[in-house]
Amino acid sequence: MSGTEIVTDAVVIGAGPCGLFSAFELGLLDIKCHFIDILDRPGGQCAELYPEKPIYDIPGFPVITGQELTENLMAQIAPFHPEFHFNRMVSSLEKQEDGTFRLTTDADETFIAKVVVVAAGGGSFQPKRPPVDNIEAYENKSVFYSVRKMQDFRDQHVVIVGGGDSALDWTLNLQPIVKSLTLVHRRNAFRAAPDSVNKMQRMVAEGLISLQIGQIAGLEGDDGMLSRVHFKTDAGDVSIPATRLLPFFGLTMKLGPVADWGLELNDNLISVDTERFETSVPGIFAVGDINHYPGKLKLILSGFHEAALMAQAAKKIISPDERVVFQYTTSSTKLQKKLGVA
Amino acid sequence: MKIHVTDQAGVEHELEGLDGWRTMEVIRDWGLNIKAECGGACSCATCHVFVAEEWMDKVGAPSEEEEDMLDTVADVRSNSRLSCQILLDESLDGLKVTLAPSASKDDVAA
Repeated sequence: MSGTEIVTDAVVIGAGPCGLFSAFELGLLDIKCHFIDILDRPGGQCAELYPEKPIYDIPGFPVITGQELTENLMAQIAPFHPEFHFNRMVSSLEKQEDGTFRLTTDADETFIAKVVVVAAGGGSFQPKRPPVDNIEAYENKSVFYSVRKMQDFRDQHVVIVGGGDSALDWTLNLQPIVKSLTLVHRRNAFRAAPDSVNKMQRMVAEGLISLQIGQIAGLEGDDGMLSRVHFKTDAGDVSIPATRLLPFFGLTMKLGPVADWGLELNDNLISVDTERFETSVPGIFAVGDINHYPGKLKLILSGFHEAALMAQAAKKIISPDERVVFQYTTSSTKLQKKLGVA
Repeated sequence: MKIHVTDQAGVEHELEGLDGWRTMEVIRDWGLNIKAECGGACSCATCHVFVAEEWMDKVGAPSEEEEDMLDTVADVRSNSRLSCQILLDESLDGLKVTLAPSASKDDVAA
């Protein structure tokens, strides 16, 4: 499959709150944005880690949840029609001879942008790897952290580990096509949707699947192909035949490819100046939790400020000859037209 | 107030505990190997510790919400707690905990 190429003014890496607000500040200056994010929806940590948790330090909102903040930001940037590319990770970023940037993703796309804004927070969300010896050798051969193709599980002896929605949903979905399925969870209580838990328990009662209360302790196999999974239970060590393992322990953040883009780093954070929030590579900016400068506070409100100054600097790169007049949304008819309110 | 924290490499550190702080905040402030990526919101389980048996009664059991988060790590023991949910006060002077492998900054992501 040959990849698509998208040419745009700005690519924003990361659709968390600071990335989203960057699209607002860039939009006021007529800069078009494309977002690339590893998650399947906007919000970043606000969506993945604490959608229901109250946040108390967003200016003007005595209390707001991560989900509400994300929804508000999406509504705020809607007039600028940013485009979103979810479920992808930027794999490479390089400056071209003509001064533009070329980005590629793991979904085989290429983006050409005049400026790049890295708003990647704590890095990209990746599945948590259970601390089991040598598990790396089995990954993508017989151990998978997601189901891409159900056919890979047909007629297999499948072990699913976890107690959340992913573990339960895949237990229910894969059961009809596998040879055997064992669900392993550390306790006999599940945080997944009650309906899924009921269905799973019915399958156990009917003998369609088996449920083990315990924790994964070891893998056995050859050349990346599993033959048995060992786990510890209250009744002692248990081992069952298995040809596929699906651990579902949620996601955690990892800096990932950002470290390979030639940007000056400070303890895994991207160094920026505090006038432009530009990295050591002119034209690449960094805002929010991923950047570092003296006095940096990892607060969403700091990222909003950084986005506003970044946008001014980005404008000068994209339209070097245009005189930018600083305007307020309260009084500028021009800005109000862009926002669709005038 | 002191707390004793054994890191993943087995080295014990004596840290100055502060009344009203979360155990996670003290460990993070001290620069030990704790990821604590959600910042203390009981939303990630990357501040997972094992509490020394003699302190289990004082520290108490995890809440239901904390139990749910403990489901997202694979090295849970009967003395597992999330250190962001252990609020320090004078009654915990001398508290002993060990950082779980799943709290490491590296090697947790696949």
